[in-house]
Amino acid sequence: MPTSEEYKGQIPAWCPGCGNFQILSAIKQALVELGIEPWEVLVVSGIGQAGKLPHYIKCHTFNGLHGRTLPVATAAKLANHSLHVIAVAGDGDCYGEGGNHFLHAIRRNPNISMFVHNNQVYGLTKGQASPTTAEGTYTTIQPYGVLQESMNPLAMAISQNCSFVARGFAGDQEHLKELMKAAITHRGFALLDILQPCVTFNKINTFKWYRDRVYKLGDDYDPYDHIKAFEKSLEWGDKIPNGIFYKYERDVFEERIPAIQEKPLVRQKFSPEEVKHEIEKFY
Amino acid sequence: MGVKFLEYTLRIGGEAGQGLQTIGGALAKVFSRIGYHVFTHQDYMSRIRGGHNYYQIRFSDQKISASREMVDILLALDLNTIKIARKNVKDGGFILYDSEIAKQKLEEPEFIDIPFRKIALDVGKNSVMANTVATGAALGLLDLGLEALKEILRETFLRKGEEIVQNNIACAEAGYKYALTNCPRCEAFGIREPEEKRRILITGLQAIGVGAIMSGCKFYSAYPMSPSTGIMEYLASRAEEYNLVVEQAEDEIAAINMAIGASFAGVRAMTGTSGGGFALMVEGLSLTGMTETPVVIAEMQRPGPATGFPTRTEQGDLLFILHAGHGEFPRVIFEPGTPKQAFYLTNRAFELAEKYQIPVFIQSDQYLAESEWTFENFGLENLIYNDYRLREEDLKGVTDYKRYKYSSTGISLLAVPGEAGKHLVVADSDEHDEDGHIVEDSETRIKMVHKRLLNKLPLIKKEIEAPLLYGDSSPKIVLVGHGSTYGVIKEVVDTISKDKKVAMLHFSQIYPLPELEMFDYIGLLENADLTICIENNATGQFAKLLKAETGFGFSHQISKYDGRPFTIENLKEELNAYI
Repeated sequence: MPTSEEYKGQIPAWCPGCGNFQILSAIKQALVELGIEPWEVLVVSGIGQAGKLPHYIKCHTFNGLHGRTLPVATAAKLANHSLHVIAVAGDGDCYGEGGNHFLHAIRRNPNISMFVHNNQVYGLTKGQASPTTAEGTYTTIQPYGVLQESMNPLAMAISQNCSFVARGFAGDQEHLKELMKAAITHRGFALLDILQPCVTFNKINTFKWYRDRVYKLGDDYDPYDHIKAFEKSLEWGDKIPNGIFYKYERDVFEERIPAIQEKPLVRQKFSPEEVKHEIEKFY
Repeated sequence: MGVKFLEYTLRIGGEAGQGLQTIGGALAKVFSRIGYHVFTHQDYMSRIRGGHNYYQIRFSDQKISASREMVDILLALDLNTIKIARKNVKDGGFILYDSEIAKQKLEEPEFIDIPFRKIALDVGKNSVMANTVATGAALGLLDLGLEALKEILRETFLRKGEEIVQNNIACAEAGYKYALTNCPRCEAFGIREPEEKRRILITGLQAIGVGAIMSGCKFYSAYPMSPSTGIMEYLASRAEEYNLVVEQAEDEIAAINMAIGASFAGVRAMTGTSGGGFALMVEGLSLTGMTETPVVIAEMQRPGPATGFPTRTEQGDLLFILHAGHGEFPRVIFEPGTPKQAFYLTNRAFELAEKYQIPVFIQSDQYLAESEWTFENFGLENLIYNDYRLREEDLKGVTDYKRYKYSSTGISLLAVPGEAGKHLVVADSDEHDEDGHIVEDSETRIKMVHKRLLNKLPLIKKEIEAPLLYGDSSPKIVLVGHGSTYGVIKEVVDTISKDKKVAMLHFSQIYPLPELEMFDYIGLLENADLTICIENNATGQFAKLLKAETGFGFSHQISKYDGRPFTIENLKEELNAYI
């Protein structure tokens, strides 16, 4: 069994008090409790404060480009589906720059988890609006306040039949860890949106602001009801529900591709001698 | 002077959607199977129905490698084709048409009216088979026999049932007989039976696809874009047989990032696109440079800027591909001149990409992509496959694996994540240390620039093979080309070499430029009186590259930028101004 110590990586370069620390601890705990060894996990990240996360864990890492987490993660899973693949991104990374990839990852349904550190602001570039920043919020480059309506990633994912849609809160590490475990063990594309206070640039959505509003979906909540789940995902304001909003059993992408049914692509031996006859088809 | 060799050019013209590719493809196969050398090229509009398109086939009992402006037979499927292409029919040539379809009877001697549609209805009970009648008629005009066509019709319609096969064969026979008996001048062709020989008939796109499969490529991700889509179509058609994963990405950004993800995870991966799509891939290209992830990229050029001519040809992206990507990192660019070279260079692209952990380009264009050539063989004995990726058993004795460990060659061990025991593989787009973790210090930065760039460059340069010299070995006139102009320049050199000391210098491995130690091609150019760089672009991009890298300037440049390839006639005409 792995230990939390084995997952200890580099020293984080985040601001003191950042909500990312609880997310980092929750991921490590989730992996340890699931008995997954560091060499069995690939964490793919983009750019942003969230993008640095895999450096602070010990595991296979691909820290790629801003917005491009999901294409890399999807293809890595197709190449070696024996790896646990977790994609990590911020709200700007996943919902802004990578919005198109997010939409299509939901359609493909690869067996990977997508953890989005949603702090409703751009942290690394110092405080500009993100797709989830509330309408009307003033920033250095939105002097009239944000003119767009904020995006609702959960509602969008549910509307597209994403096979697992959940939301957690960095301030409730225990609950977050359980959601991460559920996402990792779910078969299919699992979106876990994580409310993460940014202590430096977001003075509105603070730990206190969230604590006053969040509540957990109860045992009587049925995540298999599509319409109810959509309705629930619209709830945002004085009350913010957390938990597993939606689950939908769908065929997993890599299980539908004939080439990788017997064994992962990466373990298939190649010899040019075995394919040379291909040229005969052109005579 | 030897015996004049036999060669004919046949053009099938009509609207998009009339089945030109079916007829052209079948005839090209027939000529190839009978034993002729074949060269075809396609000229079509960016539309699915209507307009004017053509498929041109040249066949000969000698090696051929380009298209002609003037044709012997025009098979016109509509009146518009006659209006547009009549001027391209040689004196003594023929125009096959159906006066019912053209709604006009044409009395001049070159016209042969064949009721394609009526025969199809009478014999095949379906006007759809008019194309089969036309294909048979073209062969009847040449009196080349029907056996090869029957075989091809059987292969093509096998899945649709025996009745369809038999009706098509009957239509081909009827068309053949009609043309043969209604062409009083056809003995003029006097076609000799060719020497029977098995030949491959293949396009540039297919050759790249075959090259990828035989190089162990297991993953191809792309977004459809003319003229590159054929690679994906071909690989998808072989996915089941060779266990390939072929994924249509949501955009080109995803396409290259997927190829990177698959390659990082341990399989040979490739992507393909054209100029506009490649523009979207540029950030990902830079990511391959920083993460040292091997990727092969096919960039099949078409005329730009922006959407340009979607279905036509140009060599306008050379300097773009050369300079694309922010930051400094090594790359290799190959630009094949023939499908056989495309096959060979795709294989080398995979070898070099993995050996040096760099991006390697197969740069080509619509002309080579969609032209069919014949070859006796593909030189499979030259195929190379070295697996540079390391798994658990390969890493025995390595106690502290570092993905970016410094080395004098710049090459660090490329471990497969998850298959390398407990070793962890960490890749980063940030500047990183040997372990792959983010750093900001200048000392590590300098070491990493040496590792991934400066140490590798001289080694990569040594891998690049010399350009091809064809013709006189100490020429006074040198025609220089790169990529798809190979065939036409070669044929032009053949026609003018009788009384001139002329040669072609052709580059198919264009970056890094080949070293001069193995072949001093700059010396050769300097000793010539006339050096002409021939390019399918407006600004002479290869000439600029050569000037920048070697200081050599050409005495003349010939540029063609109308979206069409050079034909033998128009290149000769351009050359007449200088020779």
